[in-house]
Amino acid sequence: MTNHYIDLKNSDVILIMGSNAAEHHPLAFKWIMRAKDAGARVIHVDPRYTRTSARCDYHVPIRSGTDIAFLGGMIKYIIEGNKFFRDYVVNYTNASFLVNPDFSFEDGLFSGYDAQKRSYNKETWTFQKDGNGIPLKDPTLKHPQCVFQLLKQHYSRYTLDKVSSITGVSKENLLKVYEEYSATGAPDKAGTECYALGWTHHTSGSQNIRTMSIIQLLLGNMGIAGGGINALRGEPNVQGSTDHCILYGNLPGYLKMPTASLATLEQYLTKNTPTSSDPQSANYYQNYPNFFVSWLKSLYGDAATPENGFGYSWLPKLEDGKHYSQLHLFDRMYEGAIKGLFAYGTDPAVSSPNTKKTRKALEKLDWLVCANIFDNETASFWFGPGVDPKQVKTEVFLLPAAATMEKEGSQSNSGRWVQWKYKAVTPPGDAISCGDIQIRMMDAIKALYAKEGGPSAEPILNLKWNYKDIDGNMDVLKVSKQINGYWEADVEVTENGAKKIMNKGGLVPTFGMLRSDGTTSCGNWIMSGSFGADGENKMARRGKEDPTGLGLYPNWSFVWPVNRRIIYNRASCDINGKPYNPKRNILEWKDGKWVGDVPDGPWPPMADKEKGKYPFIMKVDGVASLFGPAMAEGPFPEHYEPLEGPLAKNPLSSQLINPTIELFSSDLDQVANASDKFPYVCTTYSCTEHWCSGALTRWQAWLLEMQPELYVEISEELARELEIANGSKVKVSSARGEAACIAMVTKRFKPFTIEGRTVHQVGLPFNYGWLYPEDGSDSTNFLTPTVGDANTFCPEYKAFMVNVTRR
Amino acid sequence: MELTRRGFLKLSGAVGASSALGLNFKPVNAYAAELSKSNRIKSSKQYTTICAYCSCGCGLICSVDNLTGKIFNIEGDPENPINEGALCAKGAGFFDLTEANKHRLTKVRYRAPYSDKWEEKDWDWAFSRIARLVKDTRDKDFVTTNAQGRLVNRTESIAHLGSSNIDNEECWLISQSVRAMGLVYIDHQARV
Repeated sequence: MTNHYIDLKNSDVILIMGSNAAEHHPLAFKWIMRAKDAGARVIHVDPRYTRTSARCDYHVPIRSGTDIAFLGGMIKYIIEGNKFFRDYVVNYTNASFLVNPDFSFEDGLFSGYDAQKRSYNKETWTFQKDGNGIPLKDPTLKHPQCVFQLLKQHYSRYTLDKVSSITGVSKENLLKVYEEYSATGAPDKAGTECYALGWTHHTSGSQNIRTMSIIQLLLGNMGIAGGGINALRGEPNVQGSTDHCILYGNLPGYLKMPTASLATLEQYLTKNTPTSSDPQSANYYQNYPNFFVSWLKSLYGDAATPENGFGYSWLPKLEDGKHYSQLHLFDRMYEGAIKGLFAYGTDPAVSSPNTKKTRKALEKLDWLVCANIFDNETASFWFGPGVDPKQVKTEVFLLPAAATMEKEGSQSNSGRWVQWKYKAVTPPGDAISCGDIQIRMMDAIKALYAKEGGPSAEPILNLKWNYKDIDGNMDVLKVSKQINGYWEADVEVTENGAKKIMNKGGLVPTFGMLRSDGTTSCGNWIMSGSFGADGENKMARRGKEDPTGLGLYPNWSFVWPVNRRIIYNRASCDINGKPYNPKRNILEWKDGKWVGDVPDGPWPPMADKEKGKYPFIMKVDGVASLFGPAMAEGPFPEHYEPLEGPLAKNPLSSQLINPTIELFSSDLDQVANASDKFPYVCTTYSCTEHWCSGALTRWQAWLLEMQPELYVEISEELARELEIANGSKVKVSSARGEAACIAMVTKRFKPFTIEGRTVHQVGLPFNYGWLYPEDGSDSTNFLTPTVGDANTFCPEYKAFMVNVTRR
Repeated sequence: MELTRRGFLKLSGAVGASSALGLNFKPVNAYAAELSKSNRIKSSKQYTTICAYCSCGCGLICSVDNLTGKIFNIEGDPENPINEGALCAKGAGFFDLTEANKHRLTKVRYRAPYSDKWEEKDWDWAFSRIARLVKDTRDKDFVTTNAQGRLVNRTESIAHLGSSNIDNEECWLISQSVRAMGLVYIDHQARV
């Protein structure tokens, strides 16, 4: 979230699209209802009518997988209707920048497409620059090659007729949403968007979010109270686990994983440290070397020295252009190339797409190590349905883990609030925490390498691994202090004009003080400052003061970065630092300093041509990107059909599907687009009483009683056509597999009219697996395809094609 | 962190006592049970924690009985500004994640190749066996240089998944150690 949960109450219009907040984030929804009580309009756009729809002002049904078309139409409405916030757009975005004249877009493809590689050469996706290397701009936004004009041209194709025909949303509904939402383009109005897996689980997932980001920038809704783009994330510490990057492409704090072509530390740092010639751009990532070298010091400790490039050569290097996501991982495992798997607190035998392929892949492992509080379908795959244990070679460990209230530590919510938890009791039986498991397992591995040696033993032997207390258990404060960072030498610094010595072994007070010469170590730069220099654990703070009255609670927990509650907050003020909305003043430049939330950097506002900086300090040009060349599919989002959909042709271009998604080709990766055999659009979701794969909640009698088994929701119209009665036994099938379930005939789904014909959509929850309850339902993901977003590889769980039959 | 007993418990106790004047004794018994639980909470040790389901970050309070050392009650933390004491269905059922749930795993389980059953093992055995498997697999398959002869130092045949359902400090230890092992197939629920 750019903002945070409580801040939802400050909004004037809340668009919930890609989320069923009332059922999946009930306590977030409380803040949405607070806004509504105060007069906000709340709109729900979703394929299905849910309990969220019931509490909103109105619900707009939309066909799964067509969000970019819907939002593209809104961009057209905002630009052509002159509803955008001109000052904000001109000063705080790259709208005025002139784009390379060779950049083009034609029939669904941007310039530079390579059909064989299914990717783009991005050399024309650039800006024209002056002699000093600063982008050329036209603040009048009239130059035909400026971003604003290209954006206008791109979305001019998204007419009401076209969008309605693709999405199945009536023109009346489209106009209603466009008009109400674009009214937040007024300087004193705030609009926010709440999304969840309904946006990320698509082959166009990241571009869904980017399309909304463009809208938020056009309306001046980023960086303000009650605004932003707000991901209601689905797991308790998914923010923290992402920040610490248990991910193939990033290292803690979103530092880049090195690739094979970057052989030396110097090459790596040059590649990843952006430079700007514009003196008004803070270009904060110019500090990248400080963050990265300090991280290497946290990894290898004293073994990381300037002479050995701080151990850079020991790091694993990815192959350039190759990906290693969960989709790739199970694809490689199915090929037999992966021999050992650790699976902690996760149940991919239920939650990964294309269950048949996933479970077959597990059978090819030599060994599997699971750590959980309950047994699950992954750990027990070797005696699952249709599996003969005597044929399965895999050696399996199921390690008993501590539950959350049985261990001390911190957890980060979606609003980046890092809250401290205390250990109430010791775990039952032999159970220990995942942290203790990792420490003791790594101790055993280090001991073996110390004794026997082996290829590339250095990174294992040199891993800094002194995080135990005197009893040999994980010392959580030792870990969290290393994450915050230490001085590794006595260093003289200048603070408020005065010289001061920082002593070796002391805690680094903020990431602004991290250094690239090896004199600081920091496990994750964005968490630097979570401890005070005096040792105060800021994550444990419970102060209830709310000086702005806007729910920032600056003394409750720690929020990264540097306790900033709303990121990009300098954009809430005009170029002189006066709040655009004095009623919701989160920040103001007063008497030569910022007052309010922790500002995005201390510099004066940008009207001060000498010392002032642009507001989007993490962007190389200092402004937000309407034109976003980092994306795989192109700088402007474009509608493509899902891998499997009801249409044989994309109504907007000759490119049916996202031209940059990777296609998997094993014998179990069958696809059926626009097929009579699988005529119905299908989507998947959760429910209030279960959580994700149900791996925790199915073992709880109270919750299981409420939601005992798998069902498919089908409209009354489709039920009549198929002669299926409410409560009867049915089978849902796709090109990849089947799910036996109960039919729920409901008014919540309605048929769509798409390209002039009736298209039905159905939906199933994804919370069930064979292990428990006994004789219950199995995974919905037997139906879903192995395909993901081109940027993130989030799987497509939300739009694919099925059939429904009686059984 | 230990909290003092909260005012609203006093209030709910008082309401219970005055309602007990009715003739139907069922509610009296229920209120008595509630009062007795209130008394247990008064003398218990209380610890704050954060919910383990969605990412709202709702606060909870676990009450631990002084005599048994076990959690006997979990409820919303009214001081936490996010949830203000309220919880959803899953959060309200948090007690069922404690050891009171008979399905909790309490022993290391091991399944040998081609076996049709779990066996119980101790930690020392498990860690030493896992370390052996990791080292043998890594040493056999380790990729020092790629096809272009560039140094890559990676272990492609071991993968790690999870978790977004453990604490930050645990996540960080995993993130650091899998890099030291040279793993590249590293992922978790942020993706799925």
